[in-house]
Amino acid sequence: MPHDHSHDDPHALLPSDPALRVKALETLLTRKGLIDPAALDEIIDTYAHRVGPRNGARVVAKAWTDPAFRAALMEDATAVVAELGFYGRQGEHMVAVENTPQVHNMVVCTLCSCYPWPLLGIPPTWYKSDAYRARAVREPRKVLADFGVSLPEEIAVRVWDSTAEVRYLVIPQRPDGTEGMDEETLMTLVSRDSMIGTAVPEAQ
Amino acid sequence: MSRVHDMGGRFGDGSVVPEPEDEIFHADWHKRALAVTVACGSLGQWNIDTSRHARERLKPTDYARFSYYEKWISALANMLVEKGIVTRDELTGAAEPVESPLADRALKAQAVAGVLAKGGPADRPSNVAPRFAPGDSVVTRRPAENAQISGGHTRLPNYAAGARGRVLRLHGTHVLPDSSAHGLGEAAEPLYAVAFPSSELWAHPEHPKDEVVLDLWQSYLRPGP
Repeated sequence: MPHDHSHDDPHALLPSDPALRVKALETLLTRKGLIDPAALDEIIDTYAHRVGPRNGARVVAKAWTDPAFRAALMEDATAVVAELGFYGRQGEHMVAVENTPQVHNMVVCTLCSCYPWPLLGIPPTWYKSDAYRARAVREPRKVLADFGVSLPEEIAVRVWDSTAEVRYLVIPQRPDGTEGMDEETLMTLVSRDSMIGTAVPEAQ
Repeated sequence: MSRVHDMGGRFGDGSVVPEPEDEIFHADWHKRALAVTVACGSLGQWNIDTSRHARERLKPTDYARFSYYEKWISALANMLVEKGIVTRDELTGAAEPVESPLADRALKAQAVAGVLAKGGPADRPSNVAPRFAPGDSVVTRRPAENAQISGGHTRLPNYAAGARGRVLRLHGTHVLPDSSAHGLGEAAEPLYAVAFPSSELWAHPEHPKDEVVLDLWQSYLRPGP
């Protein structure tokens, strides 16, 4: 059964203001013994401070500097990033997709907001927006223009719509002029957006 | 026809607005909504497909006006009542909250790291043999609807219904959301990445070389010409 509600969605029984709505539900669930406020704080701290796009940037910088790592990453990203400590919720099945002089990759989830949390953290607002979800598959080049990115005419755009539990990480091209830079320095060139495919790294 | 969440290719949404990398949460209640939802998930009363479908079943008017975390918290409230975990009177405050029989399953702070690290892998053994190999031509189901349940959950977007593509890779065998979301079993089957030329999907593709790749289950596909 799809369980459609007609006029009486239970959520409508809660306050309509979203902050009050969350507070009311949190209070009720705490009083019922279903949630532990200390566990909530732990979850928040994880995504506010411990898991974020620097994880993905480390993977990209390693791929740029270590050919054996890059080859293993392209073969089985899930196992390779797990060895770096990046695994778990919303990163159970990872695939790395590599930008080349011929192909630019870009990731979206048109049906919801699927995103590789262990490598990039919580998705940004724009990734979850109707505009990105609606437009990325039909007019990726106009979406890239919203980010100030313009691709040469000869490059094909390949947009990955995350419709299953597979999560995609874009490995951008290493910028020219970065020869000799070490992994830590290279990481600073790798933005979150470049690993979603809405930015292109540049040597600074 | 699909539901309101299925917006890939829709016209009229306007610009995408970039934001800095260090803006993670935009309000304190966003954090709480995320944490409450994750914590309730660990009670084990539903799976990721059930909870996605709960968000998709929000009324179109609600879905369109709610922000991301409002969708989460509202769908969560609906699921808690549907599963009998919370009563309507408890939600309104008309009844005093009663301790839940599930209270011993409540996520504790010391268990959070383990739960997040474990995640929810979707690959399963399956006796459904892969029918397609990389390079094969395939055509997607049309219309993009759940084959068993009217209005049920599916992960085939409307924009890719009835389209011809080619298989890029086999991801292994994964839980079928169309079944799992409705308590009909995990029904794992082969899952493929399938590439579609933009010209197959849109009347006015931006560029002749562009492609869209979707992850699609074997039962969404038939052999292409």
